[in-house]
Amino acid sequence: MKEIAIVGYQQSDSRSDAGAVNEVEMIMPVLERTFAQVGINNAQDVDFVCSGSCDYMQGAAFAFVAGVDALGAVPPIKESHVEMDAAWALYESMLKIRMGHADSALIYGFGKSSPGELPIVLSQQLDPYYLAPLWVDTISLAAMQARMMLDQGLITERDMAEVVSRSRRNAMNNPHAQLSGDMSADDVLAQETYVSPLRKGDCCPVSDGASAVVIATVEKAKEWGVPYALISGISHAIETHNMGMRDITDSVSTRIAAERAGMKAGKVDVAQLYAPFSHQEIILTRALGLGDETSINPSGGVLAGNLMMASGLSNIGEVFNRIISGEAERGIAHATSGPCLQHNLVTVLEKAEKA
Amino acid sequence: MANLAAVVGIGQTSYTTKREDVSIAGLVREAAVNALEDADLTWNDIDAVILGKAPDMFEGVIMPEVYLTDALGCNGKPMIRVHTAGSVGGSTALVAASHVQSGMFKRVLTVSFEKQSESNAMWALSNPQPFSTHLNAGAGGYFAPIIREYLRRSNAPYDAGIKVAVKDRLHGARNPLAHLQKPDITMQEVEESFMLWDPLRYLECCPSSDGACAMVIADEELAKKSPKPPAWIRGVAMRSEPTMYAGRNEVNPQAGRDCAADVYKQAGVSNPRKDFDCAEVYVPFSWYEPMWLENLGFAPEGEGWKLTMEGATSLDENGDIPWNCSGGVLSSNPIGASGMIRFAEVARQVRGDAGEHQVDGAKLALGHAYGGGAQFFAMWVVGSQKS
Repeated sequence: MKEIAIVGYQQSDSRSDAGAVNEVEMIMPVLERTFAQVGINNAQDVDFVCSGSCDYMQGAAFAFVAGVDALGAVPPIKESHVEMDAAWALYESMLKIRMGHADSALIYGFGKSSPGELPIVLSQQLDPYYLAPLWVDTISLAAMQARMMLDQGLITERDMAEVVSRSRRNAMNNPHAQLSGDMSADDVLAQETYVSPLRKGDCCPVSDGASAVVIATVEKAKEWGVPYALISGISHAIETHNMGMRDITDSVSTRIAAERAGMKAGKVDVAQLYAPFSHQEIILTRALGLGDETSINPSGGVLAGNLMMASGLSNIGEVFNRIISGEAERGIAHATSGPCLQHNLVTVLEKAEKA
Repeated sequence: MANLAAVVGIGQTSYTTKREDVSIAGLVREAAVNALEDADLTWNDIDAVILGKAPDMFEGVIMPEVYLTDALGCNGKPMIRVHTAGSVGGSTALVAASHVQSGMFKRVLTVSFEKQSESNAMWALSNPQPFSTHLNAGAGGYFAPIIREYLRRSNAPYDAGIKVAVKDRLHGARNPLAHLQKPDITMQEVEESFMLWDPLRYLECCPSSDGACAMVIADEELAKKSPKPPAWIRGVAMRSEPTMYAGRNEVNPQAGRDCAADVYKQAGVSNPRKDFDCAEVYVPFSWYEPMWLENLGFAPEGEGWKLTMEGATSLDENGDIPWNCSGGVLSSNPIGASGMIRFAEVARQVRGDAGEHQVDGAKLALGHAYGGGAQFFAMWVVGSQKS
């Protein structure tokens, strides 16, 4: 099977309100920087393009169409789109390369969440007959999940606060982060509860932004002559939508995905986990069996800036950055979709051997 | 080279204005169960599910794969949701095929659907946007000026569209699943139906349907063991071009021509009219048959209407290249599924399993879908033989 590498990654700043900047204006600077990083001119220089976005965030059908206009798709390009985080667009692109119909692919994701009320908008992804009419927002669902964990003695509020503290401190080294600072667990615990037991700090912010990645066969990466990291495994799994039918204090699908992606085959130096709420990072860390040898969310993770439809892809990019900088030799990136970690994707990245 | 893959199971719902007897989950499950039964398989035989549908606003459910997981037996499995506008049913089939063609999966289920009666597609397509011109026209209003330009360029007779509308409904009358059942339709009836978007009359437009379509796609080894004949996937292609740019040929889009050239090359097709036994092509408005006959190379530019008028695309007139034997989009249009129905119907043809609308001895066929403002294309070629 062809070895596939990630060769470029860029992300916009994560901003609480991008103002009058539209989706295309959000995407284009990120794509330009990605092309420059790889040393290519535009989307014509890759074999396949795939994106992830959500119509309901834009409030219009076909949110992705304007993106295609911005790509410079003349002459026409091979292009597809998932209504999911762009990490799944990367998954689709891997299939395209493995079947031999492409040697390289550009993947991008974008979300402008600020114009709407994101937690309430996302209530409309629940079962449309039994749950969506209740307008249960994402924060309330996560609060119930956290409450179950606290009641069962699986975590303490201090454990949650420590996740937030580390995220904010790590984010001080991330120029694109929206929330960063030298915040201690005590500082977090001093906050009022927002949706009990969650404090504001336990919840990811609402953010606007985009990210992009270029992947290619190792041959193509060598031809381009740019640093690369190998994607040694990728897998995803979904669980029942009925939250009463699964243990929401655990993440079985994350464990399945990690196993299929071959995570256990080596040491995990770095893990970027898509945990929009502090207690979910603890669920994921435990489901994956990660210990002290793993640096978790060195970018600050989505608690420092949550780019809907793009942060899962960014996680892959953040691990790539740490491998090519030499900080890490092997790492995993996680993406999630649906309420309370229903659907999870795990990517394993490794340092390339010297050519 | 891509691994060999084949369609080994096909399931559809019947198509109708309102399926009030089922939920969205019930609708997709019905098609999926039909596909599994057709392949003589159970849920446990499926390694992944690939779901497609047009904009979420058509039902008002965001990322419905999240909710449909249970109905599609997906717990613990990978599930992916494709959305590429009206071409999505075709694109979804291609993404599903790539799961097998990449060698990463042995057997997958793909499902696409639309339950248009849950919401209002016209509203969903027309809500105003802050940064662009408000187009309160729906799809027919968007395409009518492009069709008028086709008429001007080709000097086609005014009734070529009427002929397509009659022909596809007569085909649809052979297909018990088709939404519109009009076995007695006449040219006069179509001509006298009211003008919606000049030159498109009411009966020259697709209906608005509820429905779902599903397929099971398997690798070579499993396909060989399949109880019914497999439809081998001989070529796959997709292309996109921008909605707006100076010099765009909206009547005969470059993306469609490039996509066809790509998929023909993979399947070894040099003369589509001669090499294919039939085709299922996305024709939601009557005039798109002559336009796509040209775009797909079945006729020289400006002459697509001649094939239509000669009856070359009609099963009832013993045409040499029947198009849309199932009745096509003009007879059933659950938008998100419409592309996949095209792909599935050609697979039925080469499996010899198309019932009353079977083309005798069909061996090689083209499935086609387009979307948006005709800037997104997805196509596949299936055959009764591997090569």
